[in-house]
Amino acid sequence: MTATLLPAEARAPEPPRASAGRRPGRRRVRYALTVLAFMLPSAIPLTAFVLVPMVSAAWVSLQEWNLLAPPTFVGFDNYAKLLNDPNTGAIFLHTLTYIVGYLPLVYIGGLALALALNTRLRGRSVLRGIYFLPVITSWIVVALVWRWLLNPSTGVVNTVLGWFGVAGPGWWTDPAWAMPSIIIASAWKDLGFVMVILLAGLQSIDPELLDAARVDGAGWWRRLFSVVLPLLSPSTFFVIVISLINGFQVFDQVYAMTGGGPGGATQVVVQQIYDLTFRYGAAGEASALSWLLFAVVLAVTVVQIVGQKRWVTYG
Amino acid sequence: MKRLTIAVGIVAVGAIALAGCSAASGEDDGSPVTITYTNFISNGGNEENLQKIVDAFEEENPDIRVEVTTLPYGDYFTALQTDLAAGTQSDVFDIEYANYAEFQANGVLAPITVSDPSVYRQSVLEAYQTDGTQYALPSSFSDVVLYYNKDLFDAAGLEYPSADWTWADEKAAAEALTDESAGVWGDHQPVSFYEYYKALAQNGGEFLNADRTAVAFNTPEGIEAAKWLVEKSGTVMPTIEQGQGTPDFDTNLFKEGKLAMLHTGIWVFGAVADVPFEWDIAVEPGNVRQASAVFSNAVGVSANSKNIEAAGKWAEFLTSSDTMIDVRLDSGWELPPISDEGKLAVYLEKGAPANRQAVFDSLDGIALPPVAQKGQSEMQDIMTEELVEAQAGRKTVEEALASAEERINAVIGG
Repeated sequence: MTATLLPAEARAPEPPRASAGRRPGRRRVRYALTVLAFMLPSAIPLTAFVLVPMVSAAWVSLQEWNLLAPPTFVGFDNYAKLLNDPNTGAIFLHTLTYIVGYLPLVYIGGLALALALNTRLRGRSVLRGIYFLPVITSWIVVALVWRWLLNPSTGVVNTVLGWFGVAGPGWWTDPAWAMPSIIIASAWKDLGFVMVILLAGLQSIDPELLDAARVDGAGWWRRLFSVVLPLLSPSTFFVIVISLINGFQVFDQVYAMTGGGPGGATQVVVQQIYDLTFRYGAAGEASALSWLLFAVVLAVTVVQIVGQKRWVTYG
Repeated sequence: MKRLTIAVGIVAVGAIALAGCSAASGEDDGSPVTITYTNFISNGGNEENLQKIVDAFEEENPDIRVEVTTLPYGDYFTALQTDLAAGTQSDVFDIEYANYAEFQANGVLAPITVSDPSVYRQSVLEAYQTDGTQYALPSSFSDVVLYYNKDLFDAAGLEYPSADWTWADEKAAAEALTDESAGVWGDHQPVSFYEYYKALAQNGGEFLNADRTAVAFNTPEGIEAAKWLVEKSGTVMPTIEQGQGTPDFDTNLFKEGKLAMLHTGIWVFGAVADVPFEWDIAVEPGNVRQASAVFSNAVGVSANSKNIEAAGKWAEFLTSSDTMIDVRLDSGWELPPISDEGKLAVYLEKGAPANRQAVFDSLDGIALPPVAQKGQSEMQDIMTEELVEAQAGRKTVEEALASAEERINAVIGG
């Protein structure tokens, strides 16, 4: 959204120039107070639930704290421990595996849906609603439903596969299939979200451009790759930034579907943060890992924002 | 990140709120004192039984009121830890033997003065003493026995399990009773830390070394014990793919009449009471010796409670009063940790299973959970994880135990 916000900010009314009024100082103060009043409703919860916890997590990350006894200061020991622990690499790798599997699936699926529902299909508004339903459904419910669908012995998926003579995999009981199970469930749930964003982008494309391309003899695929996708790039950029940030923070579905198993095969970063804090009494190490994750997400997001100039076109 | 920071934020906000409140509240004379009690022991069917004990206590102590919060076992210790971190824990709260040592060592438990220690079963009471001081009071104990479906044994013409059975007898019966085409399995025993330390004891092994800083199970006895559990899977017991390991899977299979033998705790008596077939229990078979898992719950008084005296009174009433004994024995809600065998005699006559004597006979040879100096829950998680790796065939038993040894030593080592 950062990208689409920028032009809007540029168009925002300029503060009244000092030279225009007779009492510049007072008007400026009034302007500042007005701005502040509008910011407060989001600034207060942001401070209470994001900024204060982040700062306290930074403080906790320098302590050894099992949540029971008073914490003891250990400096950067928790960070050193994490960086030297081969397990840290493994959990980041699992998280990356998730992102690499999830992102293309959800983007291509969401794009296909958006394209299909941007036509004059009958009942498209109902369908749009239906595809959006999983987005507003609780992750716990979705995870339990998918766990049941993918049950290796009694699940619907393996039963149907069995009709065609295919022996379905062990899904969440098999380390090789557990992450794909989570990816499939996640992509299914988030398809509607991606669809809505891309649909909005598609609808802002000037139909005349598509007509012109058609007159010039461009086929459907050609129009998709040469007209639609370039003009859709701001929406695509937004989807990728948001999905990557959410992808690094994947937790609910892992916690509810596999709990990080089997054999640690789906142990992702946030699941590890949870386990360290609430199961293994290592709140300091967990806070350090939180900050490590924050640094990685920040770096990835900055790279994307810098890199967007190369491929995002603002029509 | 976001979730964790929120969690820490809540803790911080809670701490601030508590700091604000504590200045205001004080002990007024005359008006009744309210103490809070958070528990998991009554969750899932015994809430009203707990209320009966609370009512009796309040009647006897009109100046004390007890406010009860009940949480499911699965969430309980996460919630308790969060409360302890924030300082918002109840005056009295449930703990269990496996984590008593850790709570005690971290100073969250207040010493309790017991007015009549002789009421308690001494061995269970002593489990909650450190350096001669009582830091928690046992509220119940229970053990794990072998359930069996008499109808299935009759149909196969086999003799019922008895107290002198060994693993070999159990294995032979399990193999004879398994009938995959009918969907009937011979045996079920979870593949987990809890079953393993017990099987290890039954095979004459030790889980931890003497100073509890390293494991001692990677031995021929330990490997044999792990194989005993792991090799049931897919032969006489369903595999993970077939559902083994999901909650209540084993009791449901037993209730459906599709499981001949089941290793589980006496807390399932109520759940299997109404099955349409005959069943009974026996002491769990051992290998070189008999060893049954004994679990004990307890209550502790918070070290920073404002009403330690009233809280201690409630803790003692909850764990030793006659009301508690009657309520527990009447409802079959685990066993009261009392010494008077005469009072416990009622329990033997309570109906199915017929061989309730096995519950007490199991106490002749017991296996207590190994308690590490630190990293208890991580140790338990690693052990279960590695055993399941072996069960799923992704590692050999030898590889799994070697890996468990290395990983656990890194966690619990001095």
